[in-house]
Amino acid sequence: MKKHKYQFSIFNSQLITFIKKEFKHVFRDKKTLLMLFGMPTAQIILFGFALTNEIKDSKVGVLDFSKDIVSRQIIEKIDESNYFNVAEDLKSIKDVDAAFKQNKIRAAVVFPPGFADELLHGGHSQIQLIADASDPNAATSITNYLSNIITEYQSQQTTVAAAPMQIMAEVHMLYNPELKGAPNFVPGVIALVLMLVCTMMSSVSIVKEKELGTMEILLVSPFKPIYIIISKLMPFLIISLFNLAIILVLSVTLLDLEIKGNIFLLFFASMLFIITSLAIGLLISTTAKTQQNAMMISLMGMMLPTMLLTGFMFPIENMPIVLRGLSNIVPSRWFFIIIKNVMLKGLGIASIWKELLILTAMCVGLLTLSIKKFKIRLQE
Amino acid sequence: MEAVIKTEHLTKKFGTFVACSDLTFEVQKGEIFGFLGANGAGKTTAMRMLCGLSLPSSGQATIAGFDVYKQTEQIKKNIGYMSQKFSLYEDLTVAENIRFYAGIYGLSIRDIKDKTAELLDKLGMQAEAKKLVGQLPLGWKQKLAFSVSLAHSPKIVFLDEPTGGVDPVTRRQFWDLIYYAADAGVTVFVTTHYMDEAEYCNRVSIMVDGVIEALDSPKNLKQQYEAKTMEDVFYKLARKAKRAEI
Amino acid sequence: MIKVSNIVKTYNKGSVQAVNDISFEVKRGELFGLIGPDGAGKSSIFRILTTLLLADSGTATVNGFDVVNQFQSIRNCIGYMPGRFSLYQDLTIEENLEFFATVFDTTIEENYDLIRDIYVQIEPFKDRRAGKLSGGMKQKLALCCALIHKPEVLFLDEPTTGVDVVSRREFWEMLKKLKQQGLTIVVSTPYMDEASLCDRIALMQGGHILSIDTPQNIIASYQKTLYAVAAPNMYKVLTAMRSYEQTESCFAFGDCLHLTLKGDSTIDDVSKYITALNFTDVQIQEIVPDIEDCFIKLLKEN
Repeated sequence: MKKHKYQFSIFNSQLITFIKKEFKHVFRDKKTLLMLFGMPTAQIILFGFALTNEIKDSKVGVLDFSKDIVSRQIIEKIDESNYFNVAEDLKSIKDVDAAFKQNKIRAAVVFPPGFADELLHGGHSQIQLIADASDPNAATSITNYLSNIITEYQSQQTTVAAAPMQIMAEVHMLYNPELKGAPNFVPGVIALVLMLVCTMMSSVSIVKEKELGTMEILLVSPFKPIYIIISKLMPFLIISLFNLAIILVLSVTLLDLEIKGNIFLLFFASMLFIITSLAIGLLISTTAKTQQNAMMISLMGMMLPTMLLTGFMFPIENMPIVLRGLSNIVPSRWFFIIIKNVMLKGLGIASIWKELLILTAMCVGLLTLSIKKFKIRLQE
Repeated sequence: MEAVIKTEHLTKKFGTFVACSDLTFEVQKGEIFGFLGANGAGKTTAMRMLCGLSLPSSGQATIAGFDVYKQTEQIKKNIGYMSQKFSLYEDLTVAENIRFYAGIYGLSIRDIKDKTAELLDKLGMQAEAKKLVGQLPLGWKQKLAFSVSLAHSPKIVFLDEPTGGVDPVTRRQFWDLIYYAADAGVTVFVTTHYMDEAEYCNRVSIMVDGVIEALDSPKNLKQQYEAKTMEDVFYKLARKAKRAEI
Repeated sequence: MIKVSNIVKTYNKGSVQAVNDISFEVKRGELFGLIGPDGAGKSSIFRILTTLLLADSGTATVNGFDVVNQFQSIRNCIGYMPGRFSLYQDLTIEENLEFFATVFDTTIEENYDLIRDIYVQIEPFKDRRAGKLSGGMKQKLALCCALIHKPEVLFLDEPTTGVDVVSRREFWEMLKKLKQQGLTIVVSTPYMDEASLCDRIALMQGGHILSIDTPQNIIASYQKTLYAVAAPNMYKVLTAMRSYEQTESCFAFGDCLHLTLKGDSTIDDVSKYITALNFTDVQIQEIVPDIEDCFIKLLKEN
C-alpha cells in the first residue's frame, strides 16, 4: 500500500489545492461574490450617505441683535461647517417665525444684545438655538451640531478656564467633536460584516458539500478531517481580512475617518473575532441539514444578536439587566469595544487587554467545541 | 378513434440550441404512449410544452382539443401529472393529500369526500388514511400519487419516470393501475428508464437529439430494427446520439 | 476481502430498520452486486463499509481492517461513488479530477493507466463544468474520481440509476475492464437485468438478504416451470389468467406474461382454458427464468 505523507503544515500542497478550490466556488457564484464584496461597500456607503445627507447643508437663519466680533465669528464658523449654510439674515423674531413656516430654514441662531460684552466680562453668555422639531431627530441633531460648533469655538477662544456656556457633556462626543455618525457605525459595520461572512458563508459552504454528497467522498478519503475544516474556513478568513481592509479604506477616504490606533492591533483583534465567528459557523454546520437551514440559524441566531446586543445600535447601558447579561456572551460586543477603543480613541493594548482576553477565551472555547463536534462520519 | 394529443412540427429552441425539433405525432384516447429517449434527448422539454408549462418556439399542438399557445388554463384542467420527484406532501396524511389535490382542482366538498373514499377503497389503503405519507413505503406513495393525479378525472395523465427505484412486484402493481386507467379511457403518456416497461405500452416513441427517431408499437419496432427486445431497439437508436446534455 | 457479520442498522432511535442482521463475504477480485429496490438497505451497507456510518451491532472488515477501529486504514484503500454523483457542479471536469487526486494525495499522471479508457471519453470536454454534463458523462467523471488513487476496493452505490440504457451498457463494460485489472468491486443497483453481469449477487428487500449466490445458481434454484404467454391483448389475457384457478402467479414481463401453475397442471390445461374464453392467437411456451422472476418469487415467499 502506498504511504501517505501528511505533515501538519500550512504549506501542505493538498491544503493549497483545497483552498484554491474553495476560492473557485466563491468566484464562480456571482451571487455569493456580490454578497461578499458588495455588502461591506454598500453598507459603508449607505450608512455614510444616510447619516450625512440628513443634516448636510441645512439652512440656518441668524438673528443677531449684538452684531459684535464674537457673534460674527461664530456665524462664520457655522457657515464654514459642512452641515450648515447660513441662509437668512433675520431682523426680528417675527422673521424667524416666517422663515420657519416657509421652510426657508431648519434652524435659527439668536444672539442677544451685548452678547460679546457679557461673554468677555461676565464670563458667560447665552445663545438661543431654535429648531424645527416637526422632525424631532433631525432637530436634535441640528441643535447638537450647532451647540457643538459653538463649544468648539469657545474652547479655541478661551485661554483661561472661564466657565463657558457648556451644553455638551456626553462622553462619546469627546472623541467625536463634530458628532459625526460615522465613527459609531463603522465598528458596527465591521463586526456585522465579519460575523455574516464568517458564520453564514462558512456554515453554508460546508453544508453545501453535505447536500451535494461530496462530503461523503472527502470523509472517505485519507484527507484528515482537521484539514477539511482548515481548508473550508481559510478562504473566509482571507476574504474577511480583505473585507476589513475595504471597510477601513472606505472609511478613511469616503467618510473622512481617521484610524487613530495601531493598525496591527486592529487586525490582530479582528483575526480573533474572525476565527471566533468561523468556529460558530462550523458549529452551525454540524447541526444544519440543508443550506437554507444553515442560513436561517446564522441569520436568526447570530445576526440579530450582533445587531441588537453589540452596542452600536442601542447602548447596552440602557438595556434591561437580562439583555445586558445576555450581551456578555455575544462575541461582537467585546470586539466592538476593542475596535472603538483602538480605531477611534487610539488606545493601546493596555486599555483593551480585558476584552481581548475575553475574546480569546471565547475563540479557543468555540473552536475546540466545534472541532470536537465536527463529525468524521455521517449521522442521520 | 379520437386523438387527444396532436402535434405538428412542434419545435422548441433555446437561443441557437434546438431542444426539440419538428415533433409530429398523435396519441389516441385510452392509449398508453411510451415516450422514451436518452438523457438530454429533449423529453422533458417536450413534456413541458405538452403540459402547457412552456411555450413552443414554432409548430402546433392541441392537448385534449385545446391549443398549447392560448388555452393553457384549460389544458391544465384536463391533464394529470405525476413525477418521481414531485409527489406528495410527506408531512400530510394520506387523506389530507387526496383532499388537497382534489381541492386545488376545484372539486366540490361533496365530490372530494366521495373521491377520497373511492381512492382509499381502490388502493386498499383505508387503514392508512390517517398515516403521514412520509411513513409509507415508496411503492405505496407512488401508487397513491398516481391515483391522486387522476382525482379530477383528467383526459390525459403525464407520468415522468413514475417507477424509478421501486421493487419489481410494486412496479407491476403500478402498471396494473395504468392499464386500469387506460381501460377507462384515460390517455397515459409515460416516460421510463425500464425498457421492459416500454413493452407494456401500446405505442412507443424514441427521441434522439431532439428528434423523434422512431414511433410505433413495440412489436413493429422490434421487427423493424431486428431486435429481440425494446432495450436493443433503444440501444441501436440512442447509441447514435451525438449531443451531450444542455 | 470484505466480511460482514450480523450487521444491524436502525434509524430514528430504532424505529426504522434499515439493515436487519445481514452477513456476507466478498472475495478479492470479485464483482459483487447488491440488487434491490429503494429502501432495501443497500446504501446503509455501503456507508457502513466505507466507515461513514456506525452499525448498531455486528462487525465488518474491509481488506482485513475493522470498519470501526481501523477506519483510517480503510479510507486509504477504498474508492467510493455515492448514490448521487458527487461532483462539484461549478468546477470543470479537469478541476474535479485534479481536486480529488490531491485530496487522495496523488496526481492524475500517477494513476492515469487505470482511468485512461474512461477519461479519454470525457477528455474532449475537460474544460466544461460538471453541472453542464449529461448523466452519462457525470457518471464517467465520478468513476474517474473514485479511481484516481488506485483503490483496492471500489464501492459504487447505484451508479446506473436514472441513466439511459446506452450509458448503462457502457458503464458495465468499464466495470468489466476494471475487474480484469484485479479490482474488487461492490456495486448496487435497482435494475434486475444488471444482476447477470455480476459474479455474485445478493438480492435484497427491506433490510434483508433474500438470496445470495451466483446469478446462475439463483436462477437454477427456481424450481417451478415458467411459461411465457404472448397475446395481442395482453391486459385482457392477464386478467383472465389471474382468475384461472390453476394459476399460481401471473404477471406482465416485457412483451409477454410470465406464468407459473399450481401442482401438475400443464400447458395443455392453460390452452384449453384460454380457448374456452375465445382468445385467439395466444402463444404459450416454456422459458428459462431470469433474476427478476427469481426476485418476484422470493418476494412472494417472504
